[in-house]
Amino acid sequence: MLTLYDRTVSSRLLLGTARYPSPAKLADAVRRSGTEIVTVSLRRETAGGKAGGAFFELIRDLGVHVLPNTAGCHSVSEAVLTAKMAREVFRTNWIKLELIGHHDTLQPDVFQLVEAAKILSDDGFEVFPYTTDDLVVGERLLQAGCKLLMPWCAPIGSAMGPQNVSALKSMRAEFPDIPLIVDAGIGRPSHAAQVMELGYDAVLLNTAVAGAGNPALMAEAFAKAIDAGHLAYQAGPLEPRDMAVPSTPVIGKGVFA
Amino acid sequence: MSILIKGAGVAGLTAAFELASRGFEVEVYERSTETGHGASHYAGGMLAPWCEREAAEEVVLTLGLAAADWWEKALPGQVTRKGTLVLSTERDQSDLKRFASRTSGYEWLDGDGIAALEPALSGRFRPGLFFAGEAHLDPRKALQGLHQALVAKGVRFHFGAEPEGHYAQVIDCTGSAAIETLSGLRGVRGEMIYLETPEVTLSRPIRLLHPRHPIYIVPRDGHRFMVGATMIEADDDGPISARSLMEFLNAAYALHPTFGEARLIETGVGIRPAFADNLPRVVETADGFAIAGMHRHGFLLAPAMARQLTEKLNVNDRRKSA
Repeated sequence: MLTLYDRTVSSRLLLGTARYPSPAKLADAVRRSGTEIVTVSLRRETAGGKAGGAFFELIRDLGVHVLPNTAGCHSVSEAVLTAKMAREVFRTNWIKLELIGHHDTLQPDVFQLVEAAKILSDDGFEVFPYTTDDLVVGERLLQAGCKLLMPWCAPIGSAMGPQNVSALKSMRAEFPDIPLIVDAGIGRPSHAAQVMELGYDAVLLNTAVAGAGNPALMAEAFAKAIDAGHLAYQAGPLEPRDMAVPSTPVIGKGVFA
Repeated sequence: MSILIKGAGVAGLTAAFELASRGFEVEVYERSTETGHGASHYAGGMLAPWCEREAAEEVVLTLGLAAADWWEKALPGQVTRKGTLVLSTERDQSDLKRFASRTSGYEWLDGDGIAALEPALSGRFRPGLFFAGEAHLDPRKALQGLHQALVAKGVRFHFGAEPEGHYAQVIDCTGSAAIETLSGLRGVRGEMIYLETPEVTLSRPIRLLHPRHPIYIVPRDGHRFMVGATMIEADDDGPISARSLMEFLNAAYALHPTFGEARLIETGVGIRPAFADNLPRVVETADGFAIAGMHRHGFLLAPAMARQLTEKLNVNDRRKSA
């Protein structure tokens, strides 16, 4: 089981809800993956009135926890405003804090991220910060009030998979008791299994499932890979070594007699 | 007694045309003062079943295959059959490969192949996907054309009016207005713009792929280009947002820098009605049927929906006479 702030879930997959072929396909993917948390982005320009109502109702009908996010925000004030609107719309203190600092790579602006995390945490939000794999930024986010961290493993939507495994490992080692969720950059189930084998607590994805030919099938594949990686971490995987090691003792075997 | 069609958008007019052609007596009521006042007014008019398969179900392809022939037969001369060109910038070529892997009915073109089709894009893009079997039309002209053809067939129109009297069947083709009455329908906001420049000539719809802001540009008569369209999960029909406008202009500029010199002559916002699976259907209602949930496939799938409607009405007729 995984506890994120005060809520406990059994699925270690968090699924984004953007860019599916249809809401029906999204619902299939959510069901088939067994995910218990979905992220939803709120577009401020259309959030007023009944706008987005039908889609948000569909999301609520999925019967899973909703993690609203501040996707597309480029400044602290935008992110804080979006978070407050999301709290009204979805009636949750959870917020995935995303503050984009670079248009092209969608790299987070970690300076503004720390500032916004502090403001929101002080205001009672439970912040899920989308960050880089930088240890010092991670430390500052925890000081700002975050109880978990969501580092990228590659740029959003790039599907490249883990680009800096040693950084992910040292993040795990640096924050042994903090829930760490890899957010962004995962393209295939093997990528998800890989970061789970490193001891990460969960994986957040969107494009890799939404953009697949069969989103529901891919969602299930990810769920299985995440379980496999998590089991492997608990089981204690072997470290690679330079030389072959026979799995059965050679000395004394009949074949050499 | 005649059949009442509520709504003179693409669904209502194609249904009226199909029914009138088969000898049904039809009357059309439209709340606004002209045809195609809702989402139809902002449609791209692409008859592109192969391209749409990229993100839609197989049935959109199979039902959409006959669309270009239907429109050509109904409105001779209005359909342009020059295919669709799908392009990406150099750095987004994985999106082009992905698009190809999800679709069929295309051939890969190199830079020369693209230049041969669209000289204006010479040297700017390679490779590209060419969907030779696709077509496009001008939605506003097409709806005016259907209106005239229907009047010629003796179909009576009532604009700016609510239906009165008794009818054998009521066919609800009110588009996004049906969101209030039909369960399961939602609104999907779409924004578009018109650019005008005599300096760029394109012969066919161009789709420019992008991981976040894919757009299409459809050439119209009079040096005009329709650029669309966003898909936002909201039923808010307020004016276009600055961000969407910026995305359109950016993409148009990326396709050809001369679009930077074009005049922005129109922006528009429409609400597409859609069911959860984004597929349209003919549904039975208390007093007849509704053609609902056209989503982004109004001109592509309205003919198929009109045919399905006539089949259902014929079945009902047979039941009554039996």
